[in-house]
Amino acid sequence: MRTKEELERISMSLEEYQMVKSLLGREPNDLELGMIAVMWSEHCGYKHSKKTLRLFPTTGTYVLQGPGENAGVIKLDDDLLLVMKMESHNHPSAIEPYQGAATGVGGIVRDILAMGARPIALLDSLRFGTLDDSKTRYLFSGVVNGIAGYGNCIGVPTVGGELGFEKPYTDNPLVNVMCVGLSNGRLMRGKASGVGNKLILVGASTGRDGIHGATFASLELTDESIERRPSVQAGDPFMEKLLIEAVLEAIEKSDAIIGIQDMGAAGITSSASEMAGRGGVGVEIEVTKVPQRERGMSPEEIMISESQERMLLCVERGKEEEIQSIFEKWGINFAVIGEVIQDRVIRVKEKGKTVGEIPIDILTEKVPAYDLKPKEPKEIKRLQTIENIPSIENYEDVILRLLGSPNCSSSHWVYEQYDHMVETNTISIGTGASVLRIKGKDYLLGVTTDGEGRYCYIDPYTGGMIAVAEAARNLICIGAEPLAITDGLNFGNPEDPEIAWYFVEAVKGMSDAAKRLNIPVVGGNVSFYNESEDYTVYPTPIVGMIGRIDSIKHLCSPNFKKEGDTLYIIGEPGNIGGSIFIEEFTGEVKGKPKLDMELEVRLQSILLKAIRMGLVKSANDVSRGGLAIALAESSIWGKLGVDIDVNTNLSKVEFLFGEAQPVVIISVDPEKEKEIEELFKDMPLKKIGEVMGNNLKIVINGEKVADIEVSELERVWKLGIERWME
Amino acid sequence: MNFGIIVFPGSNCERDCFYVIKDVIEQPVRFIWHKERDLNRVDCVVLPGGFSYGDYLRSGAIARFSPIMEAVRNFAEKGGLVLGICNGFQILTEAGLLPGALGRNKGLRFICRYVSLRVERTDTPFTRDYREGEIVRMPIAHNEGNYYIDDVSTIKDQIILRYYGENPNGSIDNIAGIINKEGNVFGLMPHPERCSEKILGSEDGRRIFTSIVRSL
Repeated sequence: MRTKEELERISMSLEEYQMVKSLLGREPNDLELGMIAVMWSEHCGYKHSKKTLRLFPTTGTYVLQGPGENAGVIKLDDDLLLVMKMESHNHPSAIEPYQGAATGVGGIVRDILAMGARPIALLDSLRFGTLDDSKTRYLFSGVVNGIAGYGNCIGVPTVGGELGFEKPYTDNPLVNVMCVGLSNGRLMRGKASGVGNKLILVGASTGRDGIHGATFASLELTDESIERRPSVQAGDPFMEKLLIEAVLEAIEKSDAIIGIQDMGAAGITSSASEMAGRGGVGVEIEVTKVPQRERGMSPEEIMISESQERMLLCVERGKEEEIQSIFEKWGINFAVIGEVIQDRVIRVKEKGKTVGEIPIDILTEKVPAYDLKPKEPKEIKRLQTIENIPSIENYEDVILRLLGSPNCSSSHWVYEQYDHMVETNTISIGTGASVLRIKGKDYLLGVTTDGEGRYCYIDPYTGGMIAVAEAARNLICIGAEPLAITDGLNFGNPEDPEIAWYFVEAVKGMSDAAKRLNIPVVGGNVSFYNESEDYTVYPTPIVGMIGRIDSIKHLCSPNFKKEGDTLYIIGEPGNIGGSIFIEEFTGEVKGKPKLDMELEVRLQSILLKAIRMGLVKSANDVSRGGLAIALAESSIWGKLGVDIDVNTNLSKVEFLFGEAQPVVIISVDPEKEKEIEELFKDMPLKKIGEVMGNNLKIVINGEKVADIEVSELERVWKLGIERWME
Repeated sequence: MNFGIIVFPGSNCERDCFYVIKDVIEQPVRFIWHKERDLNRVDCVVLPGGFSYGDYLRSGAIARFSPIMEAVRNFAEKGGLVLGICNGFQILTEAGLLPGALGRNKGLRFICRYVSLRVERTDTPFTRDYREGEIVRMPIAHNEGNYYIDDVSTIKDQIILRYYGENPNGSIDNIAGIINKEGNVFGLMPHPERCSEKILGSEDGRRIFTSIVRSL
């Protein structure tokens, strides 16, 4: 029997320990218990999320591989596959921002590589506290440096993502990294099979870093968390780069590789047992064969170490040497550490003597799955009501203040530290969805990440829907047809019924929107326990989405193109609920976000059609900061002013800063007005002015509310983050 | 004319250079692994950008000991054309094939963006397709591009590219690219292979490659 302290150290409840005993039919020894504990951690086992995640639609015309593998796979054409996945590295980044973020990049890249695909793009969805706080600046700069340090070195361009700065993320920054890869060859899977075939560990040597990292990621952060710093792994991007090239070369030149798996959370234990589980076999591991960088490591330490830049291969017996020569060329470890066995167990040996043996299913299928006990927070009703909207004297000041706030301003300070051009496929970034070409193909790819914790905090169902709808809308605005979703779900402690409610509602909202827009979810990640003594993060589901632009002729962008072009808004603007305006001016998020899903479906389909017909010169989605900020962005990017003259029943604040969805601003050649009006005749379409001059000029109901030079807008917008960091 | 691109462990722009040479300017090109010792009938050697040996110790400091570098040195001494881009430039200075050194950017951050450059000399095999004094736009992407030399007057005729308008990394005399005295080894921090196609937003880098082709 184990003491309470022993179980606490590995974050296992007494009930779970009893379950382990009855499944094994005996007391587990230390090694076995350590292995089970990491696999049963929330991070690896998805104990509290598994059941809810079944809500997601996961199949579709293009889907070749949905959730359950190293990454999701969709078919782009007859000979090209796209692999995508998002993963969080929140806890490590809160403790050691540079390495936390760096190893987050490394891990997701290996997930893509494990499918046999070359990683072609990274996107980062980041959330921090507010920049007036010095610890936030330290975390922010460390995370950005970590992503840059790792991503730049491995030569995978970082092409997008988004940023948010809000108080609830002060202690728990969110670092969600998405990676996209392409494969025109053999799709690999994380599977072991064929008794006698070899298990080969390639890449870095194994040390004591990251022991119980998965367990650590399944706890709330406390002051003592800093002592968990050894749970944070250290990355070696150079080794990762060699690993990428060696693995891709091995797959290309030999058919001896049966399966590949990234070695991430829970180390050898998870890769070996998951590969065996998928293949319906067992595995035997000899720990002394594992290349070690420290002396005297115990079998438990070797089995659960989370040392980075390692992968596990299952290779056909007798063909080890043809693979070995490739890894030797790249100068990296290649060690046969075990083999596939008939018995469906993971058997751990030390110098030939069995030191532990666990049935595979205890580590995989039999991980407990808990029912959540969701309960709507009492607070919700209060949060959803706005008592009084701040009154505004000077609208120009508000526009400039919002535009210069780090939540709406330019993110060039961040992305210019990332190599976003290597691989020479990047066509545009920094303005909504990013665009990549694929060499040798006529079509282009659009990629984006979106998700507003602010909305989910007051209405998780609508917030979840908006995360999906907005990502899709961003793709539509560049002329892309959305193809698939990968998600990153970031929440507090799911054992708290209110957090559970947020989680379930947000997933329901995302699922419903994904179904309505017909975009499957092909994979994702859940990160719980993002809370400290002072803060719980906003419930933050992030949506990573991929789309395809048929041809460069159909590529659209958000910048204004030409003086005299007519401006329209499609959709019904308004609704100040949940807006950045309310948060910025009241210090609290209030009101209800609003999304008209029925309109969304129609708007997206007609807008894509209009773009493909060549009728749209620019399209920009209205989101954070509302219409005023969207107009300012398109002006800044196009270096052209606008002349807006509208009549509206909305208050000026609602019209300018409301974030009702869907709303899109398009600019159109005046000669095409008739065609546009005909196409959009069944939905709200309003002519609001024209592209004109050098100023953002807005007149509402005959009253001039703003007349600001575009160069001034640009100056303020560019300084938003820089002014805090330089 | 035959191009050879040296691949060091950690190079990451070799495939980009390959694409431009093979598919954009349509010349024969092949990769040369750093452990080879022979350049085998190559007319121009390209040292691509990236992080050879992870930039550990110092950018380019380990790569210069790679077996192929002896062949590159002999090739250069016989007048063969050598182009070093970004990390390739760093390797060339470490190997002593170009004077000076490249230190950390003045802001101590990695910088990836387009910059303006002035083409100072066009009587070289690498720049003959530009106009003297022409202002071009090319992207940079580096941590260590802060060129330094004790006495800049010793290389005043060797400066081929200067940052124009704004100097992003603090390099002495706004130097962005230099050539050796003999005029056959050229190193530059900007990435011409990233701006050789219209679809990528600029074609200003392409003429580096076409100049080389026209020179042979």
